Amino acid sequence: MVDPRSLLRLRPEGLWCPEGDFYIDPVRPVERALITHGHSDHARSGHGAVLATRETLDIMAIRYGENFAGTTEEAPLGKTQAIGGVRVTFHPAGHVLGSAQIAIEKNGARVVASGDYKRERDPTCLPFEVIPCDVFITEATFGLPVFNHPAASTEIHRLLDSMRQFPERTHIVGAYALGKAQRVIALAREAGYTDTIYLHGALIRLCDYYTEQGIDLGPLEPATSNSAPPAGALVIAPPSAVDDRWSRRFADPLASFASGWMRIRQRAKQRGVELPLIISDHADWDDLLLTIRETGAEEVWVTHGREEALVRWCEINGITAKPLHLAGYEDEAE
Amino acid sequence: MERFAELLDRLVLTPSRNGKLRLLKDYFASQPDPDRGWGLAGLTGGLDFPAIKPAMLRTIATERLDPVLFAYSYDYVGDLAETVSLVWPESRSRRNSTPSLDEIVQRLSSASRSDAAGVMSDLLDELTPSGRYAAIKLATGGLRVGVSARLTKQALADFGNVPVEEIEELWHGVVPPFTDLFQWLEGSAPKPTSAALAPFRPVMLSNAVAENDFASLDPADYVAEWKWDGIRVQVVSEKGVRRLYSRTGDDISGTFPDLLEHMNFEGAIDGELLVGHPPTRTGTFSDLQQRLNRKTVSKAMLRDAPVFVRCYDLLIDGNEDLRPLPWVERRKRLEAFVATLEPDRFDLSPLVTYHSWDELNDMRCTPPHPVIEGVMLKRKDSAYMVGRPKGPWFKWKRDPHTIDAVLMYAQRGHGKRSSFYSDFTFGVWSGPEDDAALVPVGKAYFGFTDQELRELDKYVRNNTIERFGPVRSVRADRNHGLVLEIAFEGLNRSTRHKSGVAMRFPRISRLRWDKPANEADRLETLEQLLQETAFEAPQIE
Repeated sequence: MVDPRSLLRLRPEGLWCPEGDFYIDPVRPVERALITHGHSDHARSGHGAVLATRETLDIMAIRYGENFAGTTEEAPLGKTQAIGGVRVTFHPAGHVLGSAQIAIEKNGARVVASGDYKRERDPTCLPFEVIPCDVFITEATFGLPVFNHPAASTEIHRLLDSMRQFPERTHIVGAYALGKAQRVIALAREAGYTDTIYLHGALIRLCDYYTEQGIDLGPLEPATSNSAPPAGALVIAPPSAVDDRWSRRFADPLASFASGWMRIRQRAKQRGVELPLIISDHADWDDLLLTIRETGAEEVWVTHGREEALVRWCEINGITAKPLHLAGYEDEAE
Repeated sequence: MERFAELLDRLVLTPSRNGKLRLLKDYFASQPDPDRGWGLAGLTGGLDFPAIKPAMLRTIATERLDPVLFAYSYDYVGDLAETVSLVWPESRSRRNSTPSLDEIVQRLSSASRSDAAGVMSDLLDELTPSGRYAAIKLATGGLRVGVSARLTKQALADFGNVPVEEIEELWHGVVPPFTDLFQWLEGSAPKPTSAALAPFRPVMLSNAVAENDFASLDPADYVAEWKWDGIRVQVVSEKGVRRLYSRTGDDISGTFPDLLEHMNFEGAIDGELLVGHPPTRTGTFSDLQQRLNRKTVSKAMLRDAPVFVRCYDLLIDGNEDLRPLPWVERRKRLEAFVATLEPDRFDLSPLVTYHSWDELNDMRCTPPHPVIEGVMLKRKDSAYMVGRPKGPWFKWKRDPHTIDAVLMYAQRGHGKRSSFYSDFTFGVWSGPEDDAALVPVGKAYFGFTDQELRELDKYVRNNTIERFGPVRSVRADRNHGLVLEIAFEGLNRSTRHKSGVAMRFPRISRLRWDKPANEADRLETLEQLLQETAFEAPQIE
């Protein structure tokens, strides 16, 4: 049997598979890249060939233009294909629309690179699928016991409660353009909010794309059209716009931010967030542990995030673990 | 409990006063008795659970979680209560509903030193992370949510639609969980009668006098007193109960045992708390600051910075309420009253003799003592009224000091101002004339108009040389820089600031777009002023 650990190696460009001569989410331009999802730190432009899910390819085209790579190929979820000496399968990761884990197999040995993932239900993407494996490469964005995300639905109710309590104030929710923004909107719709939701310009194309993919986001309008949104409206914007000059156009804006980082009070305070919403597209501590256990992996490699705590937990629980110090992924981007 | 926890989380992140008031009022309106009363007690520091110690928290947390993982977590979060609340493992046996605030208070107060750890662990098992945080903060004291007792009383007044003075007057006669108070505010019970001795009486406040007020005021109708730069207090002693109150009704008796010892009278005095020895020395506000907000007072402090009260008014004499009497009557009674008190601890606020507003103005501008910050005008026939009625009392403050400083750093504001650079650090020149450097002397975030704020914000963005998080460093050198005229009330010596001076109440009074940066003031100007105000001035008559 092949040593599963030999299937992937770390290079400056990123995780590299020698037998298939491809990289997973490389941070520099390479000949052949497999991309887990469309967030810009994982999906960069300028590769020779890109293999990814249909949605991820579409999202990259929206963000970088049609010519973001030499050639592109769609990887249907669950369909195995041979690349060089290995077999590769994409499985849903539950992170954002189109997000996938990548399983690499050879002679019965299997390694799974999780990309970014979460276990909580998300109305805008397919749920995470547990893939049993020998080596599990997990992200660790929220790899500390302090991160336990409450149910996203309770957080959305806090937002709607605040809108009722402060009906004269425009609530501006900071949310990353891909995934979080659409999830917040979809959750608000599930909670019964039917009014028009107003969007910062940077979110419009991706929200349109989600809608085209059959995800119902309800009535949306640009926040910056000729008529400003009425006082008390719900506005979604990239986090950096919430407290910048852009927000001055709104009636007494109330700054909110949907992010797993909002679990820490000081983080919310530093950013001047009045209403922190703990809504994350990453697994929290308990879900990281649950996932490691469910994969049955004998060895865990921990990437981008707080590696040390997760490695420590694995050691205590008799699982071999090591940190992979991958450079170039944004700790903050959530 | 979860509603109280949510309230705390919202309060700490809500910058605006009105926002906080609404959160508090809605909380009082939505919560049942006695929960809301315990919440009120927690917010105003009225709860104490001596059996619960912060050190115990770390111990019980590391019984549940690997100490190394706990250490990583604490390192990251930086606050013990928050760390424990977040890393505490979810209990499988958790009930469907979390315990009420009332139940938590009962359980915490019945805890003894020996079973406190068990009581706390059980509570943490039954709560959510936010609830755990609130329970820990409540149990160990110090909620620190940016809500003053004064603001809380205002919220109660808003909730019951009554003047805040009524709340202040009652405050020391009601006890947690304040059921009688809430029922009165809701209109379902009569106003509680305070049985407490030595209660606080709402203070009478003055309005600032405006230039055009003088046309309609007759100097003969008014008397003038110096306005001393200490803190306004109410000194009450009734049947052996002695209380010193701040002007908003906070009980500050514990900080001033040296004064309490000499309050051997029956009555209530309105006066100014100052440091020094009345016949010979009146200390500055910064001297007094050493004595404020202390939990324990050292012997050295009592010796070096004794406090006394300069008496302005007499509200209660024996058991007679003097407040309805005209000022002249009260003043006669006050003079007789103060004559019987310990002269090292009480003296009479002297009257200022004048014949015209111009004459008084001259005296106001050149007061005979550095600890005077202006004059007070009181109508001779005025009763002692609650609040800030317009007409009977005026304050006429000395003009502020001003200095021209150079803008050095700007920081993002909060709330409504979060998109603006609205907090400005400014400096003055120091060092040799041919190689002077700017040294920061203060920070100001008001005084300017909305239009000026937009101009300042634009200037900061166009002249940034470095960024540190929310702070920008602005270009400021001999040839380039924005001069700000800064108005301030006084100077203190400071060991915390590099410049050695700290301003009181600094604000931006003018933007000097016209003035070259190298013509701004030098540090020596401030040092000179510091010396002028710090010397031991001869006592006035």
